[in-house]
Amino acid sequence: MMKILLRGGRVIDPSQDLDKVADVLVSGDRIAAIGENLEKDRETKVLDVGGCIVAPGFIDMHVHLREPGYEQKETIATGTRAAAAGGFTAVACMPNTQPVADNAAVIAYIRERARAVGVVRVYPIGALSKGSKGEELAEIYDLVEAGAVAISDDGNPVMNAEVMRRALEYTRLFNIPVISHCEDLNLTAGGVMHEGFVSTILGLRGIPAASEQVMVARDVILAGLTGGRLHLAHLSSAGSLHILKEAKSKGVKVTAEVTPHHLCLTDEAVIGYDTTTKVNPPLRSEEDRQALEEALRDGLLDVLATDHAPHTEEEKDVEYDIAPFGISGLETAIPLVVTRLVEKGRLSWQRLIEAWSCRPASILNIPGGSLKEGSIADITVIAPDWEKEVDVDTFYSLGKNSPFQGLKLKGWPLVTIVAGRLVMENGRVLY
Amino acid sequence: MVLKSKHLLGLKDLTRQEIELILDTAGPMKEIIQRDIKKVPTLRGKLVVTLFYEPSTRTRTSFELAAKYMGADTVSIATSTSSVAKGESLRDTAQTLAAMGADAVIIRHSAAGSPVLLARYIKASVINGGDGMHEHPTQALLDMFTIREKMGRIEGLKVVILGDILHSRVARSNIWGLTKMGAEVRVVGPPTLIPEGIENLGVKVFYRVEEALRGADVVNVLRIQRERQKKGLFPSLREYALLYQLTPERLRLAKPGALVLHPGPMNRGIEISPAVADGLQSAITEQVTNGVAVRMALLYLLIGGGR
Repeated sequence: MMKILLRGGRVIDPSQDLDKVADVLVSGDRIAAIGENLEKDRETKVLDVGGCIVAPGFIDMHVHLREPGYEQKETIATGTRAAAAGGFTAVACMPNTQPVADNAAVIAYIRERARAVGVVRVYPIGALSKGSKGEELAEIYDLVEAGAVAISDDGNPVMNAEVMRRALEYTRLFNIPVISHCEDLNLTAGGVMHEGFVSTILGLRGIPAASEQVMVARDVILAGLTGGRLHLAHLSSAGSLHILKEAKSKGVKVTAEVTPHHLCLTDEAVIGYDTTTKVNPPLRSEEDRQALEEALRDGLLDVLATDHAPHTEEEKDVEYDIAPFGISGLETAIPLVVTRLVEKGRLSWQRLIEAWSCRPASILNIPGGSLKEGSIADITVIAPDWEKEVDVDTFYSLGKNSPFQGLKLKGWPLVTIVAGRLVMENGRVLY
Repeated sequence: MVLKSKHLLGLKDLTRQEIELILDTAGPMKEIIQRDIKKVPTLRGKLVVTLFYEPSTRTRTSFELAAKYMGADTVSIATSTSSVAKGESLRDTAQTLAAMGADAVIIRHSAAGSPVLLARYIKASVINGGDGMHEHPTQALLDMFTIREKMGRIEGLKVVILGDILHSRVARSNIWGLTKMGAEVRVVGPPTLIPEGIENLGVKVFYRVEEALRGADVVNVLRIQRERQKKGLFPSLREYALLYQLTPERLRLAKPGALVLHPGPMNRGIEISPAVADGLQSAITEQVTNGVAVRMALLYLLIGGGR
């Protein structure tokens, strides 16, 4: 049986309130032991991780793997390698593929491809409505049976409130979350960036923060009405957080996520019309950014997720108005948050790991999120002192669309272990 | 004194001194236009390309005339007649123009920021001929030239910009230019057509045209577009005209002899009454002549050895 000994790292596991320097022994696909000076035998591969953070595997619950249908942007093979390189042991992928993952066949296809060519765990998210058109519910039982862990019409906001109500109600059968991309398309009205002073100067059509907030309000009201489980994707504005707080205090079953780019950039990044900054929801004001940071710190925002949205160079190298929305985020996510927040003392390691490992596992009800003995051996090791520049040409992802190109960051992932298998070491994916 | 950049992407990027240089240079250019033989050899052997992704007669013709009066060769590319309609990207179009040896490219595009993109791809001077809701710097330069010529100065004048500020690149360029030149700028229009945060540019915002006009030296009337009504930004053109049309009665609220400008083309009877458009205070036709002069000055400064 394959064994790996991670020697001398700082082991942080919020699931058991653990934070100490120790060895972690992996045997087969399980965590065998955590302790000091653990013994090794001849078959044990020893990795010296002194000075590094050893955490339960990071789970990115919001990525776009693009396969089937948009293999020029990303495939399950390249997307899962990007995930491994970025320090993630599992991803949940959105259903806006071609065809849309609104039926068991597409979900089964994604799982099959992931088994065949993937290097990290892949959890498909099924479409909420047929064709993600927001009109009729998809066959959710079928999706869940095939392996969908949640439903969402991400990218195609459900404009009909009754459809959203029924989705939240019907999914009580399966205890899965409904993931909502909160955006009122009428208020968005063809906008391409945050509506504010910067959009006024640049002459770009604005997306008001209200476009998100009115849908957050609608969806938490419907979650309260139905008792369904609501998960709010990529919140971007301070106003949404007030509504979220109120809903949580009333006991509504709602969780929410935030992306590294919304934590690290504001609408000022759009000056210069660099289309890598075009993302939906848009990069908002500094006031919003600060509110997101605070909400992540205090747990109001439950999870971090990348909303990894790869696009080809030719799609992005066009006028700002016509470029597609999205940032290729998997391979910069962890060092961004470590550099901008953890290193500066604005976010604890515990909270970072909870938000990117423990909470996603519990929200999606999937394995992982813990280093307890006997649990599944999904592990992420981060080297806090490892500093290097972002270079999109070294991305495993086919999507080179990153606004962080050339930025010097610290805290790169050093090792990724999935089910006891070493899949990434020193930034290099081994499969 | 020369212009710092070889491109003119917007007035946001120019200093007051650079704006003055362009306006000062436009004076002698206007004399050339008024001669019997309107031709100088300054730009002989240069190629000026107009690349228009949006319909325009005024701006395109004005640039072509400016180039021709100065001896340059001109080529004009419009969307309907070129490979752009076949879906060629701006990047590829730029490379084609570069390969043909363009010295200056004037671009008009419905997408804000397109001139910035073009300037990234091409060695030629890029002149913004209007990009989306962003900027239309040569229009603002000709407006300022006209104001200076008629009023003797710009500094200290109260200039009203009236109409659809939200969608107007003319308004944005005028605001950048006029505030740098020391004018007091007022913008007025329905609240739905005033963009977020515009007051941060140092302008005063009004919703009532009567209040904005009080004591004004210059009124720049913007064209109102029919599509805006369909998008629900105001109820009807009729109501817009009732509230905002520049009429002789309203104009009397401004200073006696206040100057009236309009970038054209006008909707007579909607944003401006015919009596005002054709009245003694209107400099609307003269703006067209001045437009050619300002563009000659700019071409000279950018590609004629003025740099």
